[in-house]
Amino acid sequence: MSARARLRVADVGPLALLGVRGRPARAALSATGVAIGVATLVAVLGISASSRAQLIAQIDSLGTNLLTVSPSAAFSGQATNLPPTAPAMVARIGPVESDAATSELPDSVYRSRDIPAVNSEAITVEAADTGLLRTVQGRLWAGSFLNGATAHLPAVVLGHDAAAALGIDRAGGRVTVWLGSRSFDVVGILEPVTLAPELDRAALVGFPAAHQVLHRLARPSEIYVRADPSSVAAVESVLSATADPASPQNVSVADPADALTARADASAAFASLYLSLGAVALLVGGIGIANVMVIAVLERRGEIGLRRAMGARRIHVGLQFVSEATAISLLGGIAGAVLGALAVAVYAGLRHWSTAIPPAALAGAVGVALAVGAVGGLYPAWRASRLSPAEALRSA
Amino acid sequence: MSALVLDAVTKEHPAATPVRALCDVTLRVAAGEFVAVTGASGSGKSTLLAVAGTLERPTSGSVQVAGTAVESMSDADLSAVRSNHLGFVFQQFHLLPTRSVLQNVSDGLLYRGVPASERLARAADAVAAVGLAHRRTHRPAELSGGECQRVAIARAIVGRPALLLADEPTGNLDSATGDEIFAVLARLHEGGTTILVVTHNEELARRVPRAVALRDGWIERDERR
Repeated sequence: MSARARLRVADVGPLALLGVRGRPARAALSATGVAIGVATLVAVLGISASSRAQLIAQIDSLGTNLLTVSPSAAFSGQATNLPPTAPAMVARIGPVESDAATSELPDSVYRSRDIPAVNSEAITVEAADTGLLRTVQGRLWAGSFLNGATAHLPAVVLGHDAAAALGIDRAGGRVTVWLGSRSFDVVGILEPVTLAPELDRAALVGFPAAHQVLHRLARPSEIYVRADPSSVAAVESVLSATADPASPQNVSVADPADALTARADASAAFASLYLSLGAVALLVGGIGIANVMVIAVLERRGEIGLRRAMGARRIHVGLQFVSEATAISLLGGIAGAVLGALAVAVYAGLRHWSTAIPPAALAGAVGVALAVGAVGGLYPAWRASRLSPAEALRSA
Repeated sequence: MSALVLDAVTKEHPAATPVRALCDVTLRVAAGEFVAVTGASGSGKSTLLAVAGTLERPTSGSVQVAGTAVESMSDADLSAVRSNHLGFVFQQFHLLPTRSVLQNVSDGLLYRGVPASERLARAADAVAAVGLAHRRTHRPAELSGGECQRVAIARAIVGRPALLLADEPTGNLDSATGDEIFAVLARLHEGGTTILVVTHNEELARRVPRAVALRDGWIERDERR
């Protein structure tokens, strides 16, 4: 009995590349579909990861130690306020580095007294502590924040969106708005506040001014608390009982950084549409490779016949064509991964983000390309392996 | 020992009215022989080579290659017989255009599981045996037709087959180059290789020690010189 015909594993790779090297342009064109699919997958995953990484970096730079204390919606559904003593109580918690309260007032703000009352532009008027800007790590776009002096005066600091809605682009001097039933000087405009976006659409006045100028009681409706970073959890656990010892269940404590991160994760879900487009491109790419390989089998009947004559078994011929299809798809996958990564880098660069491409996305995309090629090569390989050697040689 | 035994071999090609390509052919080729099979187009000589080379199964009769009966073997076992005992040369050279002469020849050992370095070393000997040592790094496109066919012969003998089967090896070549190819085959025969060559060229066949003439699937003549 003769020794079995066998093909060494080390010879499969060079065999797979034979067809690619023989017709490089055709191989490149048939790999294009897979390349586009993989590039789409990598780009979508990379851009959404970069955007998320950027947001997290931004939140980290602002500190993840900010907590907010607010009244929870009462059982009746009516908004409640925190006890007037709450800010002072919270400030006494050891690891609290700074805190600032705001109080939503039932007033509206207008560009001038001639504006109809209904055109309030959904801007909330709030009394704010002078330490608010430091506690939320906000920055001024123009002018200055409320201080010990202006907190007593009819002076207002506008959030970024509130200023835009009112059509105000400078602060100080003689810029005024109509607030309550009198004119207030605009002393400052804030930049967007990442950790407290609710301030972007607010007009802030000092607590003393709320009492003395607007004649409001101004009970705190929100307290911003900056805790020692190593004791955030400890502070969080005692905040509600400290703010309202009588009914801690009426107090809700939140971590804005957590909420923002969760929102970023949720927005990644929108990427699924693009991911499915990438999957369609991969499917079409796989069909394209199968098509080209079927033609290659017809063209290379002579080679197939010769290989059978040299002792190749059916499985060796089939393996050659499957691995050739896989090689084409893999090359497309690698090219696509590089293209996708470049797209992410360019997009992130334009937005001044750092580029973050999850390694799992790269590996997954290349793995999918491998699978697409292998599946696309199955049918042509089966046809090649079923050719009878004499017939293949005759028809060549 | 016989390199090849065909015993009462009949081969019909399936069709509406089956075509009988070989009728009751009995042929014994001893080790070391050089046999030419001649005949007109359609006489069944290529079918005889395909059956002898286990590329086709006979409809009836038995075939032995290097002492092994092959007519009822599985497809995989036939591959093993071809890989271990047979070498083929065809009218078309079937050389891979992207591979050098040496690599093309080394492919003759690909399905024996021989490591690449050893394949190349043995290919170098085979290339030298057909007088192409100076061309071993060339690509097929850089060779003449006669040189291409010599590369194909080297690929067929690199595994030292018990039987070298050549199907119209001069069919694509001019007469001078055809002479050259027959001279190469004659040299290999002198070196001990058993050769069965199918040709329609009576003149070249006359130089071969044994000539078998086929006519309509029958052996018309079997002459030794």
